[in-house]
Amino acid sequence: MTSIAATDRPPRKGFGPAQYAICLQGIVWREALRYLHQRGRFVSALVRPLVWLFIFASGFRAVLGISIIPPYQTYVTYDVYITPGLMAMIQLFNGMQSSLSMVYDRETGNMRTLLVSPFPRWYLLTCKLLAGTCVGVLQVYTYLLIAYFWGISPDSPWGYLTVLPALFLSGLMLGGLGMVLSSLIRQLENFAGVMNFVIFPMFFASSALYPLWQVQEKSPWLATLCWLNPFTYAVELVRFAFYMQIDYFSLAVVFGCTMVFLAGAILAYDPARGMLIRRGGAAE
Amino acid sequence: MTLDETVTREKDVLRTAALEVAGVSHFYGKRKALDDVSFVVEPGSFTVLLGLNGAGKSTLFSLITRLYATRSGSIDIFGYDVGRQPGEALRRLGVVFQPRTLDLELTVMQNLVYHAALHGIGPQEAKRRARSVLARAGLAERATEKVRNLSGGYVRRVEIARAFLHRPELLLLDEATVGLDVKARADIIAQVRSLVASEGVGVLWTTHLIDEIAKSDSVVILHEGKVLEKGLATEILARSGAPDMRAAFVKITGAEIQEGPGQ
Repeated sequence: MTSIAATDRPPRKGFGPAQYAICLQGIVWREALRYLHQRGRFVSALVRPLVWLFIFASGFRAVLGISIIPPYQTYVTYDVYITPGLMAMIQLFNGMQSSLSMVYDRETGNMRTLLVSPFPRWYLLTCKLLAGTCVGVLQVYTYLLIAYFWGISPDSPWGYLTVLPALFLSGLMLGGLGMVLSSLIRQLENFAGVMNFVIFPMFFASSALYPLWQVQEKSPWLATLCWLNPFTYAVELVRFAFYMQIDYFSLAVVFGCTMVFLAGAILAYDPARGMLIRRGGAAE
Repeated sequence: MTLDETVTREKDVLRTAALEVAGVSHFYGKRKALDDVSFVVEPGSFTVLLGLNGAGKSTLFSLITRLYATRSGSIDIFGYDVGRQPGEALRRLGVVFQPRTLDLELTVMQNLVYHAALHGIGPQEAKRRARSVLARAGLAERATEKVRNLSGGYVRRVEIARAFLHRPELLLLDEATVGLDVKARADIIAQVRSLVASEGVGVLWTTHLIDEIAKSDSVVILHEGKVLEKGLATEILARSGAPDMRAAFVKITGAEIQEGPGQ
């Protein structure tokens, strides 16, 4: 057995950019591997929006058309309208799935492996967030591929490219929200509450399924709720980007919410100030 | 920092204890889990933190690894304060937690490569090191197996191999033999002692089992959150006047302790 020479010991200074990149790569790689190993998760992540597209949207397509509203240049069918909403829905579920995965990691003890890494805690959590977002973006493009054969595509093929930054940003926002929630959830069983109190209200009280001007006419209070919902802005950011446009207000809201949620997650996982110390989470 | 200052710092570090816990207290609400705990682990030494379940060992472990923040007292690893310089402190630390922390969905090699990435070690180098530590632990043929398919003893051995992957200078093991059968337990202890001897790292081994202590070990007896005795095992025996460590523990704490599992 070879003993370790003093020169093999860690150097006496911090990490360089290459090591930060290795850490990010490792966390993304692990998340992708876990995702690929969980075939059920992969299938259900695809089936969910496709059920909405093939059944729900097809049914409404016959009775519902959407008038000309930005970013659309013409009247569009209902299935075209809800596609950006379904793209955001994939990310919403993925963000919450990531939070479930963090709760699972905490319960199984795997979270400790991450938290005792010598890299700064904020960086580790950001990497984890990016890793989850990458998985979500992959799911969205798989969905778009299937939707293409269903006759749903952007006006220009470039739309597939211009939507990418919007998907990343909205994925980060929703993943950040999931991360904050993961710090608040004590046990895996409590995740059902997230479904009932976070995912469904966020999805239905947004512009994912119906234009808000129509909601405003029928129910002003619901429209107000939708406008207060950050998910609405994720949907609109994706919708505009899919048609090679930028909705600056949505961009600002999504960016701002991403920062707030990420800061909240970093705070929650900070050993000095966060929830873990009070709830005994990480070290249980 | 000038070259002289750097050299001075390096010399200081060489003289510094592997782990120095000084005046650490910790509360859960109003309950005091640790009360003014102080001890030192010297570089290259094997130190046993001995205490019953609930003595505060895992809390102390969480403080040393920065899962919890140290609010009272200080914890230094090779002179680096865990609270103020966590990066420098944690990179010198290898940890085996009491609960299993490997990802069950990944293979042994994938787990090790992931751990290496968390210490800034690239995949090629990680695989090279992983093959080396697995071979030394007698696990070379298990590299491509999913962790889910391994027995508890093998999982623990992989975790120990993983803890050595980034070449730490201090190794912490929290009740590493809990839940293992007699043979697996003996294998684990032999593996750690052998690696420690060859690598020269300092070890803090927490346990509630007396028979895991060797005469040459340093021992810290933690009871109800307080350090009641510390020193070489032989010194503790001499001071207590007890014939063996079990009797010494009973005499010092007034509580019974297990010799080994199931006894």
